[in-house]
Amino acid sequence: MAEHYSSFDRGGTRWLLQRVTAVFLVGVLAFHFFLLHFVNHAAEITFFGSQARMSQVGYFLTMVAFLVTATFHGVNGVYNALVNQGLSGTRKRAVGAVLTLASIALIAQGIRVAVAMTDLL
Amino acid sequence: MSQTYDRGTVEDFGRWREFRAGMWAWIFHKFTGWVLVGYLFTHIAVLSTATASDPTVYTNTLQGLEELLIVRILEVGLLAVAVFHILNGVRLLFVDLGMGLENQDKSFYASLVVTAAIVVASVPTFLAGV
Repeated sequence: MAEHYSSFDRGGTRWLLQRVTAVFLVGVLAFHFFLLHFVNHAAEITFFGSQARMSQVGYFLTMVAFLVTATFHGVNGVYNALVNQGLSGTRKRAVGAVLTLASIALIAQGIRVAVAMTDLL
Repeated sequence: MSQTYDRGTVEDFGRWREFRAGMWAWIFHKFTGWVLVGYLFTHIAVLSTATASDPTVYTNTLQGLEELLIVRILEVGLLAVAVFHILNGVRLLFVDLGMGLENQDKSFYASLVVTAAIVVASVPTFLAGV
């Protein structure tokens, strides 16, 4: 039986990274949701509460890793979805460039926000 | 020996009319993925209020949003989207590893049922105090 379909270039680096980040995100996204909605209720969040969490080195590094992997996984997923729908040629390269720039901007701003929340520096 | 099997073009959205669990799993995974990546950009934008020199800007923005019923309802929607994407993502990882392919329809239904159970159980927590 070979009823296999994958929209990805099997064996490619991005194909593998999409799955490796998926495994990481399964745990971290669940942790993030649970911590900020069930342990700490979103309505009670304050700057100083966020600062206390983000000032723990392990939490800070986890959140930065969360940001980077979620951005890659999400943007790469969008790119693959567009390629699936037939994006090709110059438009494919232009979309790839725009998505790469958007990813870099998001990660840079996210790290800036994380640093602003911490008193580690 | 591997066999070829013509399943048509997976990108052909018109196939939703001929009901197949795998097709709906594919559509839901795409939809929830788009929502989550859109939310990621919005989330960082809102949290950017933490970069203001006055810490109350961040606190007031988040607490102000949480006072709105529509925001609480959207959060429940976000939870549903995130939980389904996680559960169906685990299902896809198993399928990619060649495990449980013959039960991929049942695992899709299980993803839906578990998502619904978690979301329904979480509603009181999400709507508390609004």
